[in-house]
Amino acid sequence: MSKPHHAPGDVRSKSLTDYLNDENVRAVLYQVVAIGLIILTSWYLVSNTLDNLEQQNISTGYSFLDLEASFEISESMIDYSAKSTYATALLVGLLNTIKVAFLGIILCTIIGIIFGVARLSSNWIVRKLATVYVETFRNIPVLLQLFFWYALIPNSFPHPRDALEPLPGVLLTSRGLYLPVPIADTAYTLMGIAAILALVAIYFVKKWAKKRQDATGEPFPMTAAGFGIFFGLVFIAYLLGGAPTEIDMPTLKGFNIRGGYNISPEFLALLIGLTVYTSTYVAEVVRSGIQAVPNGQWEAADSLGIKRSVALRKVILPQSMRVAIPPLTNQYLNLTKNSSLAVAVGYPDLVSVSNTTMNQTGQAIEAISIFMLIYLGLSLLTSLFMNWFNKKMALVER
Amino acid sequence: MSENAKMPPLPTGTFGERAVTWSRKNLFDGWFNTLLTLGAIAFIIWLIPPIFNWAVVNATLTPTIEGCAEVTGACWGFVNANLRLILFGTYPYDEQWRPVLAMIVLVGIICGSLAAVKFPGLRKWIIPMWVIGVPVIGILMWGGVFGLTYVQNSFWGGLPLTMILSAIGVIFAFPLGLLLALGRQSNMPAIKTVSVVYIEVIRGVPLITVLFMASVMFPLFLPAGVTIDKLLRAQIGIILFTAAYLAEVFRGGLQAVPRGQFEAADSLSLSYWQSMRLIILPQALRLVIPPTVNSFISMFKDTTLVVIIGLFDFLGTVKLALRSDPAWTKYYVEGYAFAAAIFFLICFSMAKYSAYLEKELRKGERR
Repeated sequence: MSKPHHAPGDVRSKSLTDYLNDENVRAVLYQVVAIGLIILTSWYLVSNTLDNLEQQNISTGYSFLDLEASFEISESMIDYSAKSTYATALLVGLLNTIKVAFLGIILCTIIGIIFGVARLSSNWIVRKLATVYVETFRNIPVLLQLFFWYALIPNSFPHPRDALEPLPGVLLTSRGLYLPVPIADTAYTLMGIAAILALVAIYFVKKWAKKRQDATGEPFPMTAAGFGIFFGLVFIAYLLGGAPTEIDMPTLKGFNIRGGYNISPEFLALLIGLTVYTSTYVAEVVRSGIQAVPNGQWEAADSLGIKRSVALRKVILPQSMRVAIPPLTNQYLNLTKNSSLAVAVGYPDLVSVSNTTMNQTGQAIEAISIFMLIYLGLSLLTSLFMNWFNKKMALVER
Repeated sequence: MSENAKMPPLPTGTFGERAVTWSRKNLFDGWFNTLLTLGAIAFIIWLIPPIFNWAVVNATLTPTIEGCAEVTGACWGFVNANLRLILFGTYPYDEQWRPVLAMIVLVGIICGSLAAVKFPGLRKWIIPMWVIGVPVIGILMWGGVFGLTYVQNSFWGGLPLTMILSAIGVIFAFPLGLLLALGRQSNMPAIKTVSVVYIEVIRGVPLITVLFMASVMFPLFLPAGVTIDKLLRAQIGIILFTAAYLAEVFRGGLQAVPRGQFEAADSLSLSYWQSMRLIILPQALRLVIPPTVNSFISMFKDTTLVVIIGLFDFLGTVKLALRSDPAWTKYYVEGYAFAAAIFFLICFSMAKYSAYLEKELRKGERR
């Protein structure tokens, strides 16, 4: 779009068409029209919504959060009863979402790495088995898998009276999994503190080891030392705390099982479903990450006389991490978002608690806005992390 | 990895000898590999025969509860007895040829559009196919004209519903996603901001929240007295959701077009829309066909979420059939396995085709 040409000294004022042909004027015009349309539409929708709410006698605002929720939640990580407020109920839901997402992420990473590496195995049969696993579970909708696991657990495990006991103290029943847990003791707090101290110590030892290797070329057995420091310190804390051995064993009392830690069938179904489904994607990410490292890197390591196992650890994996971490983060985010399917199997996650809240109070807009904002916040945090990581990992070229 | 670089030795010897060489190299190469092979074989022997016995040997197709009670294996009779309900939901029994025909039309258009990648002669027919095909599907499903009885869409269900929701979702999301992608690339700050906010917000929330929004909040948005039904609301939710994902796919395609192409279009003094239509989009869209198919696959799987807001898609009708008689309820494994098999067949074949297309497109680049 060329700007209108005028001879020098031309004082003729620009006509309207001249203005309309100016690229900058047009850009402004387009944007004003677009924004205007959006404002008009939103205004129309909002005014309709307000009218409708008024007609249905629903008040707007978040004041309902302080009211008594008056519904029970089957599992909670914090103190909660029907007398608690809606805000507490939503917090319980959020914590439950975080719990299932956290465990799911850890498990799907482990399983995904195993199958991703297995797909590249030189062993034909292992390779094929891994392919079958990945192709099967990624091509079946995750909701169908959830329904399947959720129907399977109560139907195929026995009533608490004749619970299966695969390991002493571990009970498998139609009401979920029961695990023995140690009875609370100050020793465990001490062990927690020791674990944090150990991580700090490992960080400094690692720094020192890198400095020494840069200076002298002498490697330091960091993995062994790390495990040593961590478990050593935690064990010392355990001994200092008086080495408590009391354990809360789940036992059958009457018709139900008391004691121990109960993992509900809903949670188990959700966790298994999400883990299996996402692990197939993680496997693909891992596989393409390893394949993305050029062959020349293996050959270069060979020609330097580096052992193959060391080359994998020090040359190949650090480079495939750069390729794999962003899509991996994406998969973690997907798992977290998919955990909202909890509502279909009755696990009280954020969306499911919000749904109950919505049905009881009629505050649909507020409830939906709360969980949308929380998920958005999680996504935003993830993309911030990804940007930070990409910057840190970007190839530094001379 | 480095082994791949070496040329494989040419196969020599009899079939038996070659089989031995092959299995030495691929199955028994070292003690660790031998262990893995033996473990894997043990796993297969442990897993496959019981499943085979259950699914085939001891199974029955007799479509009665009594027939199923007699066998120890799978009760495919459950699927057999409820096949129509599972496939078509509550669509009137005598009219079920209509959803079948609609599905054939839909599959035909989808295959036709995908085949156009391979056969350029088909390209000019893509848009006419959809413009004619979608109303034909609507007429078949709804009826009310040409002597077809009218079928309310609250009776729609099963596989046709799943296919319609996902295919229409992607088709209508296509132009919206394209506009959003162009908006995101735009130099105009307001347009860019609106596009970025829309894309990131939708991609940041789970589909189920969008569906909740569609089913609970859309009715509030409309003036009093105007209502749109549940199916349409879910469809709009799916379109809005898919558009954000397609926008990112298209952005990838647009970014892959070299800068020089934009500059060449500018130097020919083509207008923005001319350069997009004639120069940029033909190149960009070709690149995004495989990821678009992948979006369609994930949409096809995610459509099952409409169960949660009370629609009976293919997964919903399986649940409906399971609940139709308390005696059937315990055959959930058969029901879910059947649904899983259908989903797997459709998704897997599309995924393979998309991978093939990707390879084909790269072939062109190499030439």
